[in-house]
Amino acid sequence: MTALPPGDALLLAVILFSTGLAGILIRRNLLFMLMSIDIMLNAAALVFIAAGAKWHDATGQVMFLMILALAATETAAGLAIILRLHARGRPSLDADTGNLLRG
Amino acid sequence: MPVMILFAASLTVIGAVMVITRRIAVHAVLWLVVTFLALACVFTLLGAPFAAALEVIIYAGAIMVLFIFVIMMIGPAQPESDREKEWLRPRAWLGPAILATLLCGELLFGLRATPHTGTPAPITPRDVGLSLFGPCVMMVELASFLLLAGLVTAFHIGRHRPETP
Repeated sequence: MTALPPGDALLLAVILFSTGLAGILIRRNLLFMLMSIDIMLNAAALVFIAAGAKWHDATGQVMFLMILALAATETAAGLAIILRLHARGRPSLDADTGNLLRG
Repeated sequence: MPVMILFAASLTVIGAVMVITRRIAVHAVLWLVVTFLALACVFTLLGAPFAAALEVIIYAGAIMVLFIFVIMMIGPAQPESDREKEWLRPRAWLGPAILATLLCGELLFGLRATPHTGTPAPITPRDVGLSLFGPCVMMVELASFLLLAGLVTAFHIGRHRPETP
C-alpha cells in the first residue's frame, strides 16, 4: 500500500482546519459551529498522526486518544448547552441570541 | 501521486466544505460522517490503523449519534440563513481570502521543499498501548479527569430545573 507523505498530511490538515475555522466564522447555527469545531479538532489530530508517522513514534497516537476524549467531552457539553437553550423556549439555534444567560 | 491518497484526501476536504455549507443540519451530519470516514482512510495511509479504527468507532459512531439525538429533539428550524448570506458579501471577505490564499501557497511551497523519509511502517496498537501505559500514563489520568468533567458538566447543564422567578 502506498503511504501518504507526512508533508502532504500537514497540508491536508491546514486545509481542514481552515475549513472548520471558516465554518465557525460564517455560520451562526450552534449545531454547525459544533461540527466545525469537530472538523478543526480532526485537523489537529491529523497533525499528531502525521508527526507520529514521520518519526515513527507511538506518542502521536497517544495524543490522538487525548484529542478523541477532548472531542467527546466538548461535543457532550456543547450539545447539553444547546438543549438547555432550546428548553428555555428559544425558537432558533442562532448563537447570537444566547448572549443573555442568567443563572 | 497515487489514486488512493488523492481520493481520500480530496474526499476529506470536499466533505468538510459540504458540512459548513449545508442548510439542513441532518445533511451536514451525513457529510461529516463522510469526512470522518475519509479521514480514517488517511490515517490508514499514514500507517496508523489503530487511530483509523478509533476514528470510525468514536467519531463516526458515538459523536454522530449524539448529534443525531440533539437534532431529533430540536427539530428543523433554520431561520437565520438570510443574515448569514448578508454577511458573505465579497467586500467583507475578499481581502483576507486573497492573503490567506497567498499564505497557503507559500506553505505548500515550503512543505514541498522538506524531504520525505520513505514509506512509514505502521504503528500497531501494541506500540500505542505500550506507550500509553508506559511513559505516557499521565495521559490516561488526564483523559479520565476530562471525561469526568464532561460528564458532570453535561449533567449539571442538562438537568431539569424549575424556572426561578
